[in-house]
Amino acid sequence: MTKEKKNREFALITYVFLGIFLLMMAYMVYFQVFRSEDIINSPYNRRQDTFAEHVVRGEILSADGQVLAQTIVGEDGSETRYYPYGDLFAHAVGYDVNGKAGLENLANFSLLRSHAFFVEQLINGIRDEKNPGDNVITTLNYDLQEAAYNALGDNDGAVVVLEPSTGKILAMVSKPDFNPNTIAQDWDSIVNDEENSVLLNRVTQGLYPPGSTFKIFTTLQYIREHPDYTDYLYECTGSITEEDLEIHCAGHAVHGQQDLITSFANSCNTSFANIGRDLNYDSFAKLCSSLLFNTDIPVSYPYSKSSFVLNGDSSRKDAMQTAIGQGQTLMTPMHLALITSAIANDGELMNPYIIDHTENYKGISVKNYKPSSYGTLLSQSETALLQEFMARVVTDGTASALSGGNYTAAGKTGTAEYSDTTDAAHAWFTGYAENEELGQIAVTVIVEGGGSGSRVAVPVAKAVFDTYFNK
Amino acid sequence: MVHLITELSKYTMLILFALYTYQCFSALKRNVSHKKQNRKYRRQIFYLFLIHLNAYAVLYFSTENRNMLFFYLAQVVFFVVVLTLYYNVYGKCSRLVVNNMCMLMALGFIMLTRLSFDAAVRQFQLAVVSMAITMLIPLIICRVRMFRKMTWLYGGLGILGLGVVAVLGSVTKGANLSIEIAGIAIQPSEFVKILFVFFVAGMLYQSTSFLQVVKATILAAAHVLILVLSRDLGGALIFFVAYLVMLFVATRKPVYFFSGLAAGCLASVVAYHLFNHVRVRVLAWQDPLGYYEQESNQIANSLFAIGTGGWFGMGLNQGMPNRIPEVRKDFIFSAISEEFGILFGLCLILVCVSCFLMFLNIAMQMKDKFYKYVALGLGTIYGFQVILSIGGKIKFIPSTGVTLPLVSYGGSSLLSTLAIFAIIQGLYILRQQEGGERDEKGKPTARTKPKAAAPGKPKNGGEQDVIRFD
Repeated sequence: MTKEKKNREFALITYVFLGIFLLMMAYMVYFQVFRSEDIINSPYNRRQDTFAEHVVRGEILSADGQVLAQTIVGEDGSETRYYPYGDLFAHAVGYDVNGKAGLENLANFSLLRSHAFFVEQLINGIRDEKNPGDNVITTLNYDLQEAAYNALGDNDGAVVVLEPSTGKILAMVSKPDFNPNTIAQDWDSIVNDEENSVLLNRVTQGLYPPGSTFKIFTTLQYIREHPDYTDYLYECTGSITEEDLEIHCAGHAVHGQQDLITSFANSCNTSFANIGRDLNYDSFAKLCSSLLFNTDIPVSYPYSKSSFVLNGDSSRKDAMQTAIGQGQTLMTPMHLALITSAIANDGELMNPYIIDHTENYKGISVKNYKPSSYGTLLSQSETALLQEFMARVVTDGTASALSGGNYTAAGKTGTAEYSDTTDAAHAWFTGYAENEELGQIAVTVIVEGGGSGSRVAVPVAKAVFDTYFNK
Repeated sequence: MVHLITELSKYTMLILFALYTYQCFSALKRNVSHKKQNRKYRRQIFYLFLIHLNAYAVLYFSTENRNMLFFYLAQVVFFVVVLTLYYNVYGKCSRLVVNNMCMLMALGFIMLTRLSFDAAVRQFQLAVVSMAITMLIPLIICRVRMFRKMTWLYGGLGILGLGVVAVLGSVTKGANLSIEIAGIAIQPSEFVKILFVFFVAGMLYQSTSFLQVVKATILAAAHVLILVLSRDLGGALIFFVAYLVMLFVATRKPVYFFSGLAAGCLASVVAYHLFNHVRVRVLAWQDPLGYYEQESNQIANSLFAIGTGGWFGMGLNQGMPNRIPEVRKDFIFSAISEEFGILFGLCLILVCVSCFLMFLNIAMQMKDKFYKYVALGLGTIYGFQVILSIGGKIKFIPSTGVTLPLVSYGGSSLLSTLAIFAIIQGLYILRQQEGGERDEKGKPTARTKPKAAAPGKPKNGGEQDVIRFD
C-alpha cells in the first residue's frame, strides 16, 4: 500500500475540518457585512454610548435639507442637543435623553459614528478633539409635516403620510406632543401625566376602533365570498336590528336602495351590518391576519399590534358591529396607512422607512437605504375594485371635499364611536391622491374625539394633499 | 494622545499579526528550502515580540499601572526561555508549533491583562508551572515505549475522573465541571481528553476487528454519557467527534462514521426534547435578542461586542468586553474581536488552523500506527474545540461552554493544551528518529522510493516542516 492510499482518510478528515473552518470564517464576514448593523443597533447594546466620547453626535435632516436636530458645541466643549423646530417633529425625531426615542434612538449608532476623512480623524486624534459624527437624512418632507401639524391644530390625534411606491414616510405627526429641547426638565410632569400619554407615538402605538374605514376590509371579504357582488342590493331604512342590537346610519340618514359601491361611498352602516352578519367569520379572520392584524408590522418605531377578534364562535351581533368597524377591532393609524398605500400601489406593500441615507459631515454618502417590498397583499382585480370604490367616496360620497383640486383623490372616511355611554367619536380618514407630475401619496388621519370623519378628518388630509400637489 | 496611540496600534498590531499569520502558511509551501523556512520562523518570533510590546505599551499608557511593566518583562523572559529551550534542546521539534503556542499564549496574556490584571498574573503563574511540567513530555515520548500497552488504564482513569465530577456535580446541583483539590479547581475532563485519545488509539492499534470496535465503542459511549449527565455538552461533543474520526480512520470504514453520525443526530434530537438546557441553547442561537433578559444574554453581548468592534476593533482598552458574561473563559474570542477587530479575529482563526494542520501533518507523517492515531485524535480534539469555542461565540453554531485553547483563562485548560502541544512535539522528534533509522539502513523500501525521488520534492531530512495532502 502506498503512502498516498494509507493516508487517504487522514487527508479527508483534514479537508473536512478545513472546510468547516473556512465556513466559519465566511460566516464571520457575512455577519459583519449583513447582520451586524441590525444587532448592534439594539438598545440593549450599551457600547454605543462609549462612541460619544470621541464623536460629536451628527445631525438629523429632513429630505429637503432642514436641520431637525443638531448638537451645538459650546466654547467650553459642552454639548447641547438642539431641535430648531421644537414640537413640530417631536415624535418622529424623538429625543436623546432618558432612554432615547424616535430617530435619535433608531439612528443612534449612525449619528455616533464618524466617516470623516481619515487624515482629518488622525489630526483630531492628535489634538484630542472629537470627530464630527455622520448625518442622518430622513425621508420626512418639511412642508407636509408642517401642513399636517397645523391642520391637526389643537386636537389630539395622528397624521401619517407615506409614498406608496417606495414606502417612504413623508410626515409623521402625533399629538399631544412635547418640546424635545426641554424634555429633560419636563420629564417628570410628562411621565406623570397619564391622561394625555404625551410620549405615546399615536401613529404607530395608538390603538383605535377603525370605524367605517374598516369597511375596506369588510368589502374585500364580501367580494371574496361572493363573486356576484355586483348583484348586491339592499334597501336602507336607516336602521337594522338583530335581537336587542340596533344599528343606525350616521346622522340618522336613510340611504334607500344601495348596491355595494354606493353602500361604500355613502358609508351606509345598515347595509354593511347586513353584509357582515352573513360572512364566514373564520375566513374573515384569516383575511384580516393576512392584512397585518394581530401580527407584527414592518415598522422600526415601537408599535402596537392591531387586533381583530372575530371568529367562527362569534355571535351575529358581534359580526355586524365588526363589519362597520365598531365592536372589538382596534387599529393603529400606521397599519391603516400601510393597507391604504398597498391599495394605491396595486396590491404591493412597500416596507415603510424613514432614513433615506447617512452621510459624513461633508455630505459624502455613507449608507443608502433602498425601498424594499413586504409582499403583495391584494390581487390586481381586488385593488382595482377598491380603488374604484374609494374614488367614488370622493366623487359622490363622504369625502367630496377632496374633489376639484389638481389631483385625483380616493379614500374612506370613518367616525368611530369609542364610548358606550355618549356619542363621542374619533374622526378618521384614510386615502391617497395622485397626479401625473408628482405621483402618489397616501395619508391617514385620526382626530381623537373629533366626531365626523367627513367634516373633521377630511380637511386635514386635504391640507396635506393641497400642500403636496400645489408646490 | 493616548487615544491616538490606541487608534494607531489597532492597525500596527493587525498588520503585524497578519504578517505572522502569513508566515504560518507561506513557510509550508513545497518549494521553500529548509534555510528559508527557518528564516521565516525567526521572523515570526520577531513579529510576536513586536505585537506583545505594542499591546503592553497601549495597556501601560492607558492605565499607567507601573506593575504592567514588570509583568511585561516577566513575560518576555518567559517566552525567551521557552523558545530557546524548544529550539535548542528539542532541535527537531516543529518550530511553527512552538511559535504558535507562544503566540496564542501571548494573546491570552494581553487580553486577560486588559480584562483583569490579577487574573492575568495568575494565568501567567499557571503558564510557567504548566510549561515547566510539559517541557519534559517530548523527552518522555521519545524514551518510553510502553504507552501503547496501558490501554485499559487510560479508559479506567478517564471514566473515574469524569465520574467523580459527575457525582460531585450532581450533589451541588449545578453544571459543575470541576472539583477542588487543596484550593485549586481542577477540571478533570480537560485531562481525560488526552487519556481518551490514548485509550482509543491503543484499542484500535491492537486490532480493528468488530469485537474490538464494540468494546471501544462501549467505553467511549460511557465517557460521552457521563459528560452529558454532568451537563458538559461541549465536552461530550468533543469526545464524540474525536472517537468517530479515529474510528473511521483506523477502520477505514465510512459505515462506522455515518452510523455514528446518525446516532449522534438522533441523540441530539432526543436531547433537545428531553433537556431544557439544550433547548435554551438552541433558542438563544436562533434569536439572540429575543431572549436578552435571560437565556441569550451571553450570545447577544458577544455579538454586540464583535459587531460594534467591526473590522478593526475598538482599540485595546476602548471596548466594554467586561459586559460579556464569562468573558475571561469561554468568550475571550469575543473580547479579542471587539478590541482588535474582526480581521484580527480571522487571523487568530487562521493561526489555530495552522496548528491543526501541523497536528494532522504529523499524523500523516508518522509510520507508527499508535502514534498516528494519537496525533489524529489530539488534532481532532484541538480543531473541534476551536470550532466549538469560536463558532458558538459568533452565532455560527449554538453556544457550548468550551474554552479557546491557550487563550482562555483557566489552569486545567492551559495545562492540558500545553500537554497536547508537547505530545505533538514529541511525535515530531520521534518522526525524525524514524526517518533516521531508515537512512542508517540505507535501503528505503521499494514502495517509498519512487515518492522520495519525485521531482521538486524536498528531502524528508532534518527538522523541516513539510505538509503533504496526499
